[in-house]
Amino acid sequence: MSTIEELREDTRIIEYDVRTDEMLVNMGPQHPSTHGVLRLLLRTDGEIIYEVTPHIGYLHRSAEKIGENLSPAQWIPYTDRMDYLAGMNMNLGFSLAAEKLIGMEVPQKAMELRVIIAELGRIASHLVGMGAYGLDLGSFSPFLYAFREREIILDLFEEACGARLTYSYLTIGGSTHDLPNQITIPPGLAALTERSPELKLSWLEAVTMFLDWLESRIVEYHTLLTRNSIFIKRTAGLGILSREMAIDFGCTGPVLRGSGIDHDLRRDGESIYTRMYEGYEFDVPVAPFDDAPPEAVLGDNWCRFYVRMMEVVQAIRLVRQAMPRYQAAEGEYRLPFKLSTKLPKDECYLETESPRGQMGFYLVGNGDAQPLRARAKSSCFCNLAITDPLCTGLLLGDIPAIVGSLDVVMGEIDR
Amino acid sequence: MTTTEIFDLLVSQFGSEKIVAINTEAIDPWIEVAPAAIHEVAQFLKSDERLILHHLNNLTAVDYFQPDPKKAAKFGHDPHLELVYHLSSYDLRHSLVVKVKLPRWQNDVEGDIPEIDSVADVWAIADWHEREAYDLMGIKFGGHPNLRRILCPEDWVGHPLRKDYEFPLEYHGIRGK
Repeated sequence: MSTIEELREDTRIIEYDVRTDEMLVNMGPQHPSTHGVLRLLLRTDGEIIYEVTPHIGYLHRSAEKIGENLSPAQWIPYTDRMDYLAGMNMNLGFSLAAEKLIGMEVPQKAMELRVIIAELGRIASHLVGMGAYGLDLGSFSPFLYAFREREIILDLFEEACGARLTYSYLTIGGSTHDLPNQITIPPGLAALTERSPELKLSWLEAVTMFLDWLESRIVEYHTLLTRNSIFIKRTAGLGILSREMAIDFGCTGPVLRGSGIDHDLRRDGESIYTRMYEGYEFDVPVAPFDDAPPEAVLGDNWCRFYVRMMEVVQAIRLVRQAMPRYQAAEGEYRLPFKLSTKLPKDECYLETESPRGQMGFYLVGNGDAQPLRARAKSSCFCNLAITDPLCTGLLLGDIPAIVGSLDVVMGEIDR
Repeated sequence: MTTTEIFDLLVSQFGSEKIVAINTEAIDPWIEVAPAAIHEVAQFLKSDERLILHHLNNLTAVDYFQPDPKKAAKFGHDPHLELVYHLSSYDLRHSLVVKVKLPRWQNDVEGDIPEIDSVADVWAIADWHEREAYDLMGIKFGGHPNLRRILCPEDWVGHPLRKDYEFPLEYHGIRGK
């Protein structure tokens, strides 16, 4: 990141020769490239940004206050509406936190089911992140491709639980239903693979068919975005987040790994969470990458984007490994959990690796069915806090590139 | 390091007046720090090379209060606020839970919110978390660079996550309740 002083010495920047007045510009809350209702108050001098003040809270729905009046199982639908692009992962994070508090151990079959669902959710979320990022930078077609692929995942989720966006599928003790045996092929998948739209197959076969198809498309996304010279010019070397700053600002997820810190809760987290991923083979993509373009710097927009792309590949690997394990697992897919279950007089905090970072849930029980405090620590909340240091000194047009690379979802920030 | 080892280290560094208590029986073991000492303890936790707790996972507050007088006898806690700091280290791969107990109201004057030192200069992200704790729970952070409401509008009255919070009847012409 260049300082204002360095920019001032840069003779190529005309604004410093022809002095202009400072101006306050409101970007949002309805600006399309701010990913929801985020308002950035910019103090600018011409095109150059001096200060960015994010104003959040437009989507505040008092989820934490509501959580104090509901039993944990009743709060699960509210977690869907926090990160509405990765509802499954939010359900999982909260269910695990509640299970940790009441000391419940879910059966093997439920754990394998959760891996399949959570990793498909991660793919769907990263596809939106990728498509919307292309849109931010003026490239329209990746967005359409990404949504075409995501549509199939949503259809598969709909077959499993009946909902397309707010699932409430993974719940305390396992999931609400088992995976369906026989389904009609999702229309999108039938069209893409040129099958009959009436084809009946099992849910897992449909997932395998989809993954085969998605895997063959990833090269195409890299050609469209990652290796596109316009894309590289707009992302590489911009918005550089150093390792120290990433830690200091509590950044997590792809933002943290894009800055070169090898930390993924699926591998390094608490045992109640890592137990799910025991015996799975997967890599944690961490910047710097050997195949990065020469312009890319550790911790810049390009690295953060590339971490997400590589995570999709790893998620595909995980789903492929989980499917035979799920089929081999015996027993129930869930343990019963009564709404009137009394929570112990204890408290626990658990973070899980949601697509956007480490999503934490903190529950304080007090002998009642309702918790004394239900807290959701949002990963995007922390990731958004770095917009000011990242954007200062850059040009106005770089803001969508930087905010987009953080991939924030306002529903999760405002709760 | 385990919580017990960290507790012993902190007691030897600061004395038992500042490091008040430890609970190892909880699901997540925690230690309690006196409110006046939080800033120096925080600095030590982050900078000491045996600890390096440089990542503030979460900072939040809990209101231990039962507004219903019939249930208050069974509640089992004295009315107080608790600030909870969840810390971890990427390098040493250990974590720690630090708690600070605060009175619900400063000097028992209702409406006078309690104050504690800010740790925003130790962990930068504490800036936003403390703003949220101020906004929703009503805790003042002394030395905070920009202590304004973050989720609620700036002209909001009261701190919604307090147990005795009363929902407004009206806000800018919008009827409540």
